[in-house]
Amino acid sequence: MTTKAAPVTNPRRPVTAKERYSLWYRIRQSRASYLLIAPYFILFFLFTVLPVLMSIFLSFTSFNMLEMPKWIGWANYTKLLLEDDIFIISLRNTLLFAVITGPVSYMLCLLFAWIINEFTPKVRAILTLIFYAPSICGNAYLVWNLILTGDRYGYLNGLLLRLDFIQEPILWMQTEKYVMPVLIVVQLWLSLGTGFLSFIAGLQTVDKGMYEAAAIDGVRNRWQELWFVTLPAMKPQLLFGAVMQITQSFAVADISIALAGNPSVNYAGATIVTHLLDYGSTRLDMGYASAIATILFLLMVGTNKLVQRVLRRVGE
Amino acid sequence: MAQPRTVTGSFREKPVDNRPEKIKKLERKMKHRSGKKKLNRSVAGNTLLFILMGICGVFMVLPLVMIVNNALKPLDEIYQYPPRIFVHNPTLENFSDLFVLMNNSWVPFSRYILNTIIITLGGMVGHVIIASLAAYPLAKHNFPGKPILFSMVVLSMMFSWTVTQIPQYMIISWLGINNTQLALILPAWAFGMGLYLMKQFMEQLPDSLMESARLQGANEWQIFWKIVMPNVRPAWLTLAIFQFQQMWGNTGGMFLRSEELKPLQYALQQITAGGVSRAGAAAAVTFIIAAVPIIFFLVCQSSILETMTTSGMKD
Repeated sequence: MTTKAAPVTNPRRPVTAKERYSLWYRIRQSRASYLLIAPYFILFFLFTVLPVLMSIFLSFTSFNMLEMPKWIGWANYTKLLLEDDIFIISLRNTLLFAVITGPVSYMLCLLFAWIINEFTPKVRAILTLIFYAPSICGNAYLVWNLILTGDRYGYLNGLLLRLDFIQEPILWMQTEKYVMPVLIVVQLWLSLGTGFLSFIAGLQTVDKGMYEAAAIDGVRNRWQELWFVTLPAMKPQLLFGAVMQITQSFAVADISIALAGNPSVNYAGATIVTHLLDYGSTRLDMGYASAIATILFLLMVGTNKLVQRVLRRVGE
Repeated sequence: MAQPRTVTGSFREKPVDNRPEKIKKLERKMKHRSGKKKLNRSVAGNTLLFILMGICGVFMVLPLVMIVNNALKPLDEIYQYPPRIFVHNPTLENFSDLFVLMNNSWVPFSRYILNTIIITLGGMVGHVIIASLAAYPLAKHNFPGKPILFSMVVLSMMFSWTVTQIPQYMIISWLGINNTQLALILPAWAFGMGLYLMKQFMEQLPDSLMESARLQGANEWQIFWKIVMPNVRPAWLTLAIFQFQQMWGNTGGMFLRSEELKPLQYALQQITAGGVSRAGAAAAVTFIIAAVPIIFFLVCQSSILETMTTSGMKD
């Protein structure tokens, strides 16, 4: 490979200005870069880019994994948006999750990371663990099933009965009006994850000298310090955290299935992802499932792009 | 052309302090005193924030406390009315029940553990290396196609894996790695989040660091291993934690059909699904599922905090 590069890198012939600006010259000069990124991007194209393209293609077909896909145009989408009532419910629920748990969990991540940062390293380590632990302990969120058990043995019912707030145990996950609020609370419990950790890491890289300088410049309290010094300094982490929280809040499915079941009572806990799983793995209607996936894809990416634009202005 | 600079040894090397011990002692004392007084902090603000913190902390930790206590409860306490959070007569009965159950499974239990180790370690190590390799040029080089490649990775983080589940299954079948552990490991190497995080951290590295190495004749490969990687240790530890979580929670799903290939999580799920008679063993299982990632995080966290505080990167 190095010997082939002769015509351009030959030291005896000077490189002309025209050659220096040509794309081919720049690509040759970056051989090392391409070599370093190759292993990752080969796998990335194979397992992420190609599947997205295939998913978009399949969404215009009727496909059941056994026969060849059959082109049916926009039929999946019209059925989804005009005839499928459950999809509308799941869309509404998903947007509800996104609007509530997205921003709230983002603020909580930031707030807790910020408060935790004020403590000494040892206390900080313990607090970080406490807040981060729920999001990493696998499917241990099943413990909420014990809390929310519908009879008197459920912890929440037990507590409320003892305090005389209620006379009869409440069937939390079988009562339509409780399903979404409960799922939102559990989702918030689970949501101090990657973004939170990234904020804590980001806060620690903020130069301590900047706070002293800011105090001299007239920053009077911690809120001004947060807005003028801390947030601008940790902008890369803020953007990253936003992507994490948004994607997470759009993809709620596991807790809904584990706590409310799939299908849940009157589809009260249905989200786009549970709907997708229903068609993709139960009914094997892959074309239709791909259409759901594509809509979810557009929703997630659209929201993320919008929020990124807003966040770039932090501290300006 | 940049001015050639001479770099001797590690750039983080401490300057030699030749002052007498007495002065150093005095200086330390002063530092300690001034460190106690915090800038710009009001008592009311502190109280408000810490009360808020306390309430939320209890909410966060209570389910975890329940997991621990349930694992230690004898069966009659698990089905007790009124339900109690804290255990009265702690016992390890649940764990011995679990042990008996394990010995009765027809695939030896050590096999599940081995499978989990293969999948987790394979997915973790491969991802950290491959993502770091790709993150370095994306952060510090300029080459045609870089903006497009990186924005594709960012885009990939903006949707969850469920979106691509169906085509991914088809591709894995075409590659002929269906029903092998590679079906779980290979896609995990190319997760977008790790690359993104690594690139964000690498961008904060001062360019002068790499320039001086280049002037001394180091090639990109050497710069990557000798200069970049040691300086982004917090980032790759974080990557390792995230990847561990991803892989640990994996049950093998639709990719692993043979019983002897399945990971621990699958076996534990089977026990949890066992109903009332296995409630004790299930509580023990839930404890193990939760405890392992937490312990792993605890181990990595201390070294993250340590490296973060000692390696302040200033240009």
